[in-house]
Amino acid sequence: MTIPSPVSATGLWASVAMIAAIVLTSTAGEVLTAAAMKSIGDLDEIRARSGMKGAILAVVTCPLFFAGVGFLALSFFSLLMALNHLPVSLVAPASASLTLVTNAIAAKIFLKENVDRRRWTSAVLVCVGVYFLAH
Amino acid sequence: MILGLVSLCAPLGDSCLSRGMSTLPAITLAHPASLIAAIFTPWIAIGILLLIGFFASYLTALSWADLTFVLPATGLGNVVIALLSRFWLHEAISPSRWAGIVLITVGVGFVAQGPSLTERPADGAPAPAETEQPTLEEQVR
Repeated sequence: MTIPSPVSATGLWASVAMIAAIVLTSTAGEVLTAAAMKSIGDLDEIRARSGMKGAILAVVTCPLFFAGVGFLALSFFSLLMALNHLPVSLVAPASASLTLVTNAIAAKIFLKENVDRRRWTSAVLVCVGVYFLAH
Repeated sequence: MILGLVSLCAPLGDSCLSRGMSTLPAITLAHPASLIAAIFTPWIAIGILLLIGFFASYLTALSWADLTFVLPATGLGNVVIALLSRFWLHEAISPSRWAGIVLITVGVGFVAQGPSLTERPADGAPAPAETEQPTLEEQVR
């Protein structure tokens, strides 16, 4: 296997660490955010009942949401950092495709989502597709 | 509609960020303040605005659908950007990239066929089931 030159310029382990940081923080952030949104309920219904202000208020008064956003912010800064050292054609697909799989696992464990065969198949299909698209 | 916004804003925002970040000098962990300064350069600001639009529609989608249902839809964003570069910028798309586009589209179509939300009462979660039962009985009466 040949390593693309931009990676070898930064160092393989440094690249792996930067991408792993994005994947781990964004998985934590997305699971927490999803849990927060589930605890709030259907935003469209809330907006119909108490307007846009009510919907925004419902979101920003949820502590879980801020925990999620905190992790997503960490993930965003690790993404900025990685983009500064590595090409976007490597960082975006690698983090996006890995995040899909780690999120499916985390959603099953922590959110108790029904990740059936259909969802596993589609997560893997999209993951492989994103990988192909990057090369 | 919401999922369409999710898959459009994310890749466009990311490309703006990439364009902005690649013009900046290298940023290291030793100078975290330079990351904060990076936020205020134009391309990165546009990228952040697009990503805020993405986040709002993403949150709305998450409020009525499962995470494992919404996430594959975000993968569609890569297809959008590839097709945009093919027909708008007239870039060539290699066979392996077409394979990627087909795989993502099939994957998203696959998950979209199924239910968008896990059926909670079927899981037998005790607390919600107890609160729901009286209201069901009231409806019967």
